[in-house]
Amino acid sequence: MNAIIVSTLLGVIMMFCSWGIKSQQVQKNIALIGLLILIIANLSQSYGWFVVDFDTKGMLKYSFFGLYANTLLFTLTFIYVWINGEEIAKISNASADFYSLFFFILCGISILTSFDNLLMLFLGIEILSIPLYILTGADKKNMFSNEAALKYFLMGSFSTGILLLGITFIYGATGSFHLTAPVVSISTGVAQEQILLSTGLILLFAAMNFKVSAAPFHFWTPDVYDGAPTVFTSFMATIAKAAGFIAFINVFNSQHKALGYSWTLLLTFVILSTLLVGNIIAVFQRSVKRMLAYSSIAQAGFMLFALYGKSDISYESTLLYAVVYSIATIGIFAVLVKMKENSFEAFNGLGKAQPLLAFTTTVFLFSLAGIPLTGGFFAKYYMLSSLLKAGAGLWLVLVAVVFAAISIYYYFKIIQAMYFTAGEPAINPLPSQYKYQLLTLAILLLVLGVFPNLLLNYLYF
Amino acid sequence: MMLVSFLFLPILAAILLLFIKNNKTAQWVAILFSGLSLLVALLMLRIPTTDFNIAWLPNLNTRFILHADGLSKILILLTAISFPAILLATANNEYKNRNVFLSLLLFAQAGLMGVFLAGDALLFYFFWELALIPIYFLCSIWGGEKRIAITFKFFIYTFLGSLFMLAGILFLNAHTSDHSFLINSFIHANLTGGEQVTAFALFFIAFAIKMPIFPLHTWQPDAYEQSPTAVTMVMSAVMVKMGLYGILRWLMPLFPAAFMAHTHVVVLLSVIGILYASFIAIRQDDLKRLIAYSSIAHIGLMNAALFTHTQIAIQGALIQLFSHGINVLGLWMVADIIEQQTGTRSMQQMGGLAKKQPTLAILLVGFALANIALPLTNSFVGEFLMFTGLFQFSPWMAACAGVSVVLAAIYTLNMVQKVAYGAISEKINTMQSSNKGAQAVLIIMLIIVLVTGVYPQPLFSLTADTLQELFVK
Repeated sequence: MNAIIVSTLLGVIMMFCSWGIKSQQVQKNIALIGLLILIIANLSQSYGWFVVDFDTKGMLKYSFFGLYANTLLFTLTFIYVWINGEEIAKISNASADFYSLFFFILCGISILTSFDNLLMLFLGIEILSIPLYILTGADKKNMFSNEAALKYFLMGSFSTGILLLGITFIYGATGSFHLTAPVVSISTGVAQEQILLSTGLILLFAAMNFKVSAAPFHFWTPDVYDGAPTVFTSFMATIAKAAGFIAFINVFNSQHKALGYSWTLLLTFVILSTLLVGNIIAVFQRSVKRMLAYSSIAQAGFMLFALYGKSDISYESTLLYAVVYSIATIGIFAVLVKMKENSFEAFNGLGKAQPLLAFTTTVFLFSLAGIPLTGGFFAKYYMLSSLLKAGAGLWLVLVAVVFAAISIYYYFKIIQAMYFTAGEPAINPLPSQYKYQLLTLAILLLVLGVFPNLLLNYLYF
Repeated sequence: MMLVSFLFLPILAAILLLFIKNNKTAQWVAILFSGLSLLVALLMLRIPTTDFNIAWLPNLNTRFILHADGLSKILILLTAISFPAILLATANNEYKNRNVFLSLLLFAQAGLMGVFLAGDALLFYFFWELALIPIYFLCSIWGGEKRIAITFKFFIYTFLGSLFMLAGILFLNAHTSDHSFLINSFIHANLTGGEQVTAFALFFIAFAIKMPIFPLHTWQPDAYEQSPTAVTMVMSAVMVKMGLYGILRWLMPLFPAAFMAHTHVVVLLSVIGILYASFIAIRQDDLKRLIAYSSIAHIGLMNAALFTHTQIAIQGALIQLFSHGINVLGLWMVADIIEQQTGTRSMQQMGGLAKKQPTLAILLVGFALANIALPLTNSFVGEFLMFTGLFQFSPWMAACAGVSVVLAAIYTLNMVQKVAYGAISEKINTMQSSNKGAQAVLIIMLIIVLVTGVYPQPLFSLTADTLQELFVK
């Protein structure tokens, strides 16, 4: 409860900040301090130092996993703001408004990591999504940004409708919004209720797939990611998406039993089509930003593997994957935002002109591709391992592995441009501090690539 | 601790090198550190080694284990000899950003050493990739004209192969009783016949691409041709041995039944590859491509020898792991000196080397004879044993593979004739007084060729424990 309250308060405070405080730098610093307070508030609940709580009639349930996910996502947001503050300031002169939207999103995230009731799931998703629609359209004078925002809003509302319909069906079948209720009812339920429940769950599944941009519900992703200002794409593709996955796992970890065998079938279909669509279309992209949009679809396909698992390892792998993928993606978008254009050619000769920047970019790309010594390797490793432990067939692992090899193709196109193609990189001047911020991210990824347990051990303490 | 130093020394040198901008200093630092590795390797032959074993990722149950038996030792010795030799022989070549070049090369050395030492499957996979990635950058940045596309093909090929191996490792890990990655737990994994075949196939693809075995060899001649010669030397002398090592260390002990079930198929593929590569080698005019195809043929023979699963052939292959590395290094070095000084690799434009550069010509002939396994040279010992084993396995296969000996003589002697004899050609005439450092290295290596050819006993005793492990149990 700490995180939900504090993030809401901070959101309101940030909103009023744009009144009195004109300096963008100060606004960024306030946001950073706010995030620190939020992290501390959340930690204090995780370790029971100071907990604000009241009876929610079981609508929210705090597990250490959820709280730890909060901590990680808040920390990622902190890193994100720390690196991207200047870019956010460039979009509009009221960056405090954006920060306040971030805090509202974090509030949505705190609900999504702790809900135990489908109504709260709906609330969390809405609180998460609406600020995202606004952020997509933040570049008011840009037609693409406007188009993307409208598209995102229409499609997003539609999927929310499907989510609600699904919840209604489930309620109709079980008479309860509680997550654990449907499972109980299968044994006792009659055929009609069974159908209602299955339909509801499938609708819920579709809506959640939309939120995490899994195929065949991914069509909004490339346009929205491409149209939104690059800094906000970075946020959407990482922290918001990771929260979506945690919610996804929370819902279906128990619910999927109601679908029986068809659950595996459904999930396999979605994962395979997501991997296929994401990877294959990414290969043909000419714009790095669109390539990253498709790659984020492909990565979502990988993250969905966690839904197969029933054990601890699927939670572990979700967290590790979400964090590692987010760090790498924040990093690569932070590089992209400094480029004058989004084409692959813009990276030509970057290795010579900016060796440090090129090195960090290489680490980010290696991590996304899952090459050993970077965190991305263990993220993929844990996913595949949880898949095998869940008893899925080896063939699925092999398919995943083949797609991982395909992803090398498009990630390495940037590396080839940076190091092996001569040219003048189309890059804006960088403050040297920025490079060291990115280097920090790269080092984090390398450390996680050798000792992933630095992140995971906390799950058990 | 001795085993750790094989990883520690090159990595330390590689990091140091990133900060040394002066070309000469960088070269000497690299040579110094690789020389230190060689010293440690020689020391390792004299005194017994202790395993290095610490916990790495406790919740994955994987350990950082380095272990050296005869098989590891002979390959470590080869790696440790190759790197200083390569660095000395190519000291005069021009590379832009030499310090980065050397640094990546030494990272690759660390990866290779790790592959040969790892006693834990996940660690093995880590080093397997660590050896590949520097090579990717080395070839793509410093390679020939078509380097980018060709290196990329090579990279995706091998990476896909190793990902299959990773799937195999995961699969085995799920079937071990203690859920660890230790080689011993893998050996005792609970696998049904079908599962064993699946896992065998996953590992085998990775190794087959690396060696490479026909029909997965298509990346190799192009990659060898386009890479800077120092990297080609590393790839053909040491990196291909990763595949053979993998078969001896992992495939054979882990999946005995599946292994025995596939011996005929693999030997057949290898023999096809040997003949195919030999015939193509005859038609080559490019010196580098000729050596590349000749190398495919030799590796194919070694792979066939392993899959006969006869003690004598495997003994031969163990020796040949080392000998082939030395011979092919020698050939590459001579070819590199000629290319550096004349600017051509086309054998048509060469000729008369014996008159212009007698020492170099003698060295070329020496290594050429070793390449066709003439008695008194090191390859003779290995190839003789391998052919004996192959004959025990199947006389027909031995007969087919035996043709390759004749073919090897044809293309190698043809090469010698074109390069060394005849009138002094225009290109050869431009050669200046030759590189003394490289010649000294070549002479030392030729001495190794002759000594191990006449008295191979030290190599036999070095690898005796591996052979015992494989056959007595």
